[in-house]
This record gives sequence, C-alpha cells and structure tokens, in this order.
Amino acid sequence: MSQRRVVVTGLGATTPLGGDVLTTWSALLAGKSGVRTLTEEWTSLLPVSFAARVAIEPSEQMERVEIRRLDRSEQFAIIASREAWKDAGSPDIDKERLGVVIASGIGGVITMLDQYDTLNNKGARLVSPHTVPMLMPNGPAANVGLELQAKAGVHTPVSACASGAEAVGYALEMIRSNRADIIVSGGVEAAVHQLPMAGFAAMKALSTRNDDPARASRPYDVDRDGFVLGEGGGVLVLEEYEHAKARGAKIYCEIAGQGLTSDGYHIAAPDPDGAGVQRAIKFALRDSNLSTKDIFHLNAHATSTPAGDVAEANALRAALGGDADHVAVSATKSMTGHLLGGAGAIESVFLVKAIQDRMAPPTINIDNLDPAVSIDVVRDKPRALPTGDIAALNDSFGFGGHNVVLVFKSL
Amino acid sequence: MALSQADVLAGLKEIVEEVAGIPAASIELGKNFTDDLEVDSLSMVEVVVAAEERFGVKIPDEKVTDLVTVGDAVDFIVNAAK
Repeated sequence: MSQRRVVVTGLGATTPLGGDVLTTWSALLAGKSGVRTLTEEWTSLLPVSFAARVAIEPSEQMERVEIRRLDRSEQFAIIASREAWKDAGSPDIDKERLGVVIASGIGGVITMLDQYDTLNNKGARLVSPHTVPMLMPNGPAANVGLELQAKAGVHTPVSACASGAEAVGYALEMIRSNRADIIVSGGVEAAVHQLPMAGFAAMKALSTRNDDPARASRPYDVDRDGFVLGEGGGVLVLEEYEHAKARGAKIYCEIAGQGLTSDGYHIAAPDPDGAGVQRAIKFALRDSNLSTKDIFHLNAHATSTPAGDVAEANALRAALGGDADHVAVSATKSMTGHLLGGAGAIESVFLVKAIQDRMAPPTINIDNLDPAVSIDVVRDKPRALPTGDIAALNDSFGFGGHNVVLVFKSL
Repeated sequence: MALSQADVLAGLKEIVEEVAGIPAASIELGKNFTDDLEVDSLSMVEVVVAAEERFGVKIPDEKVTDLVTVGDAVDFIVNAAK
C-alpha cells in the first residue's frame, strides 16, 4: 500500500502581529515588529522590560465566561483553532476520524502562579476548581478536542521550543498511519509573566535592549544579545489528501515529511557542530522523498541568541551544501518574538503562506550581518520565490537538545 | 443576619451569571442547576464558594448535592443565615 499523503487545508493564528492569519501575514511581509515595552509594574524587578504580546487580546475574540475558565494558552488555542477550522470549511467528518495535536512548551504557567498567589493570600477554599484543567500542558489540546468533539485522539508532545513543530509532525504521522483523516495541529504559549521571564533572564537568554524593544530581536545581526519572549499560537488543519479532494477542500500545500533528532550535548546550549540539526534535515528530506535541490525556502529557528543563530546557520550550510545558495532563509522571530511552544506552529503557518504566495518574509533588524553566517538570509524586504514545484523547511529546536525539521511542498 | 428570599435570589442570579455566563433574567427558583442552567460540577463549586462569601454562610460539601434547583439553594441560604 502506498503511503497516505497529507495536505494542509486550514490555517489559524493569533500572534503579536495580528489576531488572525491574514493580518499577521501582511504585517510580516511589511517587516513590522510585534515587540513592545510592557506596562506591568513587575517589569521593574527584571532586567528585561519588553515582550511581544498578542496584537488582539483574547477578550476581544471570545466570550467572557470562556475566558475565565481557560488559561491564556488555552484561549490562544481556541481562537486559532476556530479560525483554522472555519478556513478548512468546517468539514463534516466522522468524529472518530478527527484528532487534535496541540502543544505548549510550558503549559498554564500563568494560572499556576496566579492560583499559588490566591492560595497564599486567601486560602485553599478560594483556589479555583478550574485550576488543574487550566494549568495542565495538555489543556490547549484538550479544550480544542472538546469543542470539536474529536475522538481519534488528543495529544500534546512537549519539547520546549520545538513543541509546536513536533505537534504538527505528530499529526502528520497520525494521518499517515490511518488513525485519523483530519488533525487540528499546532502550538501555543502564554508565558509573559515575571517568573518565566526572570528564569530566561537568569540564563542570559533574553535580550536586554530595553531602550529599543522593536529592534531587540535581531537574528544573524552581529549585535544580537538574546531572544525576545512572544506569546500566541498557530494552528494547521492537516488532512489526508484523498479525503480533502473528495470533499472539494481548498488545499494549500502538502506536508511531505519530518525529521527528528536529539543532540545528547547540553540541556540548553546548542551543539556548536549542529550535527543533530544536520541529521534532522537529512531524515526530513529522506522522509519526504526530496533532495536539497528541491528546497527554496526555509523558516529558521534563529531566535537572536549569540550561540544559537550561528550554530544553526552552520548546520544549514553543511546539510544543504551548494544548494543552500538557492534557499531563501527567513527568521520571522525578528518580528514575532519567540513564541516558545507556539513558534514551530506559527512558523509552519508562515511557510504554508510563503508557498501559497510564493513570497519569503523578511528578517528585520539586521544592521550588520554576522560574518560567521554563510546562508542566504532574506533581509528587510520580502523576496519572491520561484514558480513551479518548490519545497520548504521549518527548523525548530528546543532546550533539551530537541531538533525538529518539517517539510512542506507545493502541490 | 436575616436575609429575604428576594435578596438571596437576586444575589445568586448575579453569581451564576458571573460564573457560568447565564443571563440573570433566565435564572428562576424552579430552574435546575444542571439540567436547565447547564452549570457543570466545577462551576457549581465556584457558585457555592461565591455564595458563602457573599451571604456569610457555610454550605457544607455534603449539602451541595441536595441543592438541585435555584430555589433549593435560596432556601438553604435563607435558613442558614437565620
């Protein structure tokens, strides 16, 4: 039996650039930054006073009662999933053939910390009975699954900043292995809070460019000094190809394969040789029956950290060889900030839009390209991608040494 | 402190609307929390805790299952406050 093919039939997002996919995508092509100074009092306690909050607050997109029962990460998942499901044409499907795979890197951390404050200040009786369903990392997937009545399985892979990409890859495998015909997949994160930010700051992982937040996320620039925390989420409806054709669905592109490896090197630092990344790219191409010649665009992980960006760029050059010369590399975290568990998902959404519009989004804030970077970075303005058959890669890496590479290709 | 049935009903309406999003106008004494108002078990816990705070009464866990309708809850609170 030939392998079941999987296509993308719906997209949804809520990001620092917009409350939906189209607004986000236009802002991305226009090179806008979603990073802003935070107004909360607690920023005075931290060395970092900015982040990339969502452009549209969930309270403007959901009912009040839904909001109070859902952690912010769950709110993002519901908002992005509703858009994606509608975009897919709200397919009429046997619910036992419908699944959900939505990841989060940290889970309902804001709920956990808020309820801990309630416990300490007001006592156990006033801790919300919704606390556990709100803080559990599988909460975003579970709530979307409940809303759609999905019964083929609801899952939440967790691999820090690779979680969103891993979720999309897991969804691909669920459809390939005939567990389901449609999966709502993606990743979300809502961690703009003093504790996670203090933790990342303690690792020296965050940019401290407090005087110029919109210019702080600068992947590949010589003066990059860390990532900028973002929040939001992205969702892709994946569907078995024949199933999508049979119902006359709008098909964006194919998700052709994935490659997953682990570094076995360090809990947070990237392997400077990027061997794990190179293997992930090799496996992803093999899984897709493609070669480096077919790749014309890549959405890099590139978080704007001094060590990570160069390690990744070197690994890309090594894995793609001479063919890297025709791969337009975009580092969209320069505009969205780093959505942690949501990153791989929104960047997959961007890749699908790039293939659809044949346009690679820009990387902003590169005043001086790091001379150690030997890949073709799309700077300042979007760049047209070739017509005809093209494939594109999405790289995502997570603390713990997780490497995930997804392959999308035109149909 | 004695509470009137009308005061307790009015307060309970506000609580149920806040917690479960049910319009106060549709909340009546004869309505069943679960079947008519679709207040689930977790939200019922919130309603009970909010009612205890608001009316200064104690609603023991073993009594909560007896509070099937809005009227049951109003009667319990009125009696408990006497």
